[in-house]
Amino acid sequence: MATHFVIEGLKAAIDGKEILKGINLEIKGGEIHAIMGPNGTGKSTLASALMGHPKYEVTEGTAVLDGEDILEMGVDERALAGLFLAMQYPSEIPGVTNSDFLRSALNARLGEGNEISLIKFIRKMESKMKELEMNPEFAHRYLNEGFSGGEKKRNEILQMMLLDPKIVVLDEIDSGLDIDALRIVSQGVNAMRSEDRGFLIITHYQRLLNYITPDYVHVMMQGRIVKSGGPELAQRLENEGYDWVKEELGIVDETVGQA
Amino acid sequence: MSTQLTTPTNRQAAEALARSKGEPNWLVELRGESAELAGTLGWPKPEKVRIERWNLTAVGQYEQPATVGAISELPEVVRELVTEGTENLIVQRNSGIVWNQFANEYASKGVIFTDLETACKEHGELVQKYLFQAVAKDEDKLTALQSAIWNGGVFIYVPKNVEVELPLQAIFYNDNAEATFAPHILIVADNNSRVTYVDCVVSEPGAGSAPFVHPSVVEVFVKPGAHVRFSSIHHMGETGVDMSIRRAVIENDGQMEWIIGDLNDGNTLSDTKSILKGTGSTSDAKVISVGKNAQQNSLTTQAVHFGKSSDSNMVTRAVMKDSASAIINGITKIEKGATKANGVQTEKVLMLSPKARGDANPILLIDEDDVTAGHAASVGQVNPEQVYYLMSRGISKQDAERLIIYGFLAPVVSEIPVEAVRGQLQSLLQRKLEG
Ligand SMILES: Nc1ncnc2c1ncn2[C@@H]1O[C@H](COP(=O)(O)OP(=O)(O)O)[C@@H](O)[C@H]1O
Ligand SMILES: [Mg+2]
Repeated sequence: MATHFVIEGLKAAIDGKEILKGINLEIKGGEIHAIMGPNGTGKSTLASALMGHPKYEVTEGTAVLDGEDILEMGVDERALAGLFLAMQYPSEIPGVTNSDFLRSALNARLGEGNEISLIKFIRKMESKMKELEMNPEFAHRYLNEGFSGGEKKRNEILQMMLLDPKIVVLDEIDSGLDIDALRIVSQGVNAMRSEDRGFLIITHYQRLLNYITPDYVHVMMQGRIVKSGGPELAQRLENEGYDWVKEELGIVDETVGQA
Repeated sequence: MSTQLTTPTNRQAAEALARSKGEPNWLVELRGESAELAGTLGWPKPEKVRIERWNLTAVGQYEQPATVGAISELPEVVRELVTEGTENLIVQRNSGIVWNQFANEYASKGVIFTDLETACKEHGELVQKYLFQAVAKDEDKLTALQSAIWNGGVFIYVPKNVEVELPLQAIFYNDNAEATFAPHILIVADNNSRVTYVDCVVSEPGAGSAPFVHPSVVEVFVKPGAHVRFSSIHHMGETGVDMSIRRAVIENDGQMEWIIGDLNDGNTLSDTKSILKGTGSTSDAKVISVGKNAQQNSLTTQAVHFGKSSDSNMVTRAVMKDSASAIINGITKIEKGATKANGVQTEKVLMLSPKARGDANPILLIDEDDVTAGHAASVGQVNPEQVYYLMSRGISKQDAERLIIYGFLAPVVSEIPVEAVRGQLQSLLQRKLEG
C-alpha cells in the first residue's frame, strides 16, 4: 500500500492556549510538501503535536497514516508506525553514546527477533555517516552533547537514513547550516526520496528549497495554513517576503499564542 | 543509661578477645584503649542524616570461620565476584579470613598481600607504624569501635619502585548476622611504587535475619611518586548497615584514585577522604550510588590540600528509586600555603520517584589565594524532553529511561580502569536498577 498521510482539523494547545487552529493536509508517498511561515506562527507546534510531545495537547482532529490515527498512539508507537521528526532543537543526552542510541532505535524499529548484528550495524552506520561527511568520532560521542547546531542537524538526518521512515517531518533542518552542510543534508534528503515516502519540510527561508524541490508549498500564519501553491509560491515569498500574503488575507499579526 | 547499652564492647572484652587470638601486646593495648574510648565518644554526625536512628550497635560476636581448601568451596555469591584466574585473592567470611592466596612472583619482590590479622603478627613493626595513623582511633565512636573490634582485613605493602601489574583482590562476605563483620584495610605504597586494589563487600544473611553492622576503615599511605588505585563495591542486603570510612595520605607527586560503588540495599554511611600532603600530589575520587526502598545514604567525599600544586577531583552520582534518599557532601579544603592547588567537585542526584530524596552539598573551604577550585551540583528527575526525544525514535519509554539512567552513571562507570571491576559494577547496577 502506498504511503498516505492525512491530517484533518488538527487543533492543539500548549498550557491551555490554543496554537493550532485546524490544520488540513494530505501527503502521499513520493510527495514533498513545504510549510513556510514567519517565526511564531505554529510550524514547530504542528511538528511536535504530530510526534506527540508531552507538552502539546491535541484537542481536535486526526492524523491518519496508512489507515491508522497516529494521534491515538504513544510517541514510540508513532515512530514505529513510520513517522520521523527531525527536530528543530534535538535533545542532548549525556552518557549515552550516539552509536548505542542509534542501535537501540534501529533495533526497536526492526522489532524483537529481527535485531541487527553489531557488525552489520556498525558498517551501516559508518557508511551513512560517510555520506553525510560526518567525522566517525561522532559515533562515540555522547548523543548531541557539545555538538554544534550543524552537527546536530546532520545527526538528525543520519537517524532518518537509518530508520527508513514513511513520513519525514524536517523542522528547520536548514537553520545553523553553512552552504556546504546545507548541500550535504539536502543530498541526504534527496537520496531518501522514494515513491513510498512523503516529506513535510518546515522552513522559514526559501534557501533550502533551492536544493530540495517541493511539489507543494503551504504558508502558515496564526496556527493555520492560509495559502497553498506550487514551488513558484516559495519563489515569490523569497522575492517579496510575507507582507503581500498578509495584505491579501487581511492579517495584521501573523503570530499565534503570543498574547 | 550505661555505656554498655550504646557501645557493644568494653576494655575487658576487647582485650580478652585479642589475647585469645594471640595478638601482639601493642595491639591488645590498642584494642583495649579504643574500646574505652568507644564508650565515651559520640557517633559521627553527617549532614542531614540521623544515623543514631539506625541500628548501629548490632556488631555481633567474634566468630572464627573455617577456612576453605579451594575457591570452588566458596558460596556462589563470592565465586561470581572472583576475577577469573586470579592468584591474588583474600576472602573474609564474617569475622575471619577463609582464603588467602598471593602470587610468588610478587612475594619474591618484597610485596606483602595478606590479611591484616596475620600481618600484625608477621609484620608487626611495619603495621604498627601505620595502623590508625590516617584515621585516628579517637575521632568518634565509630573509629574507636572499629579499632576495638576490627577483624580479618587486608594489609598491602609495596616496596620502593615495585609495580604490581595485576589487581590485588579482596572479597568480604557476611552470611551470619550474629557475627562481627568489621574488616580493616591498610595499604602502604612506598616511593614510586604502583598498585591496584579492588574489593567487594557482600552479604547473604538469609531470610528473616537479624540486623547487622559493617563498620569498616580503609587507610592508604601513598609515598612520594607512588600511585594507588583503590576500587570498592559494596552490595550488602537490606538488613545491613554499612559504615565505611576511607582515608588516603598522599605525599609528593603521589597519585590516589578512588572508585566507590555504594550499592547496598541497607542504610549506608560512606566517607572517602584524601589528604593531599605533598607537593604535586593528586587525588581522583569517583562514587556512584543507587538507592531503593526506604534506604538512606550519606555519601561524603573530601579532599584536604596542604601540598603546593596538589590537585583533587571528586565526582559523585547517585540514582534514588522509591523512597530512598541520598545526602551527598563534597568538601574541598585548601589550606594556607597550598599555592597553585586545584580542587574540583561535582555531585549529582537523579530521582526516579516523587518520593525519592536527594540533596547535594558542595562545600569549598579555601584559605589560600593562589588556587583554583570549582564545584557543580544538581538534583533532578529524568528529563521528560530527553525521554520524548528517544521515544520519537521508536525506543520504548522503559528503554528510554534506562538509557538516560545508565548515561547519568556513565561518567563514573566508563572510567573504571580495571575491566573486571567495570563488568561487576555494571551487572550489580543492572540488578539494583532493574530489580
Ligand atoms: N513549549 C512552549 N511553551 C509555551 N509556548 C510555546 C511553546 N512552544 C511554542 N509556544 C508558543 O506557540 C507559538 C508558536 O510557536 P512555534 O510553533 O514554535 O512557532 P514556529 O515554529 O512557527 O516559529 C508561539 O507563540 C510560542 O510562543
Ligand atoms: Mg519552529
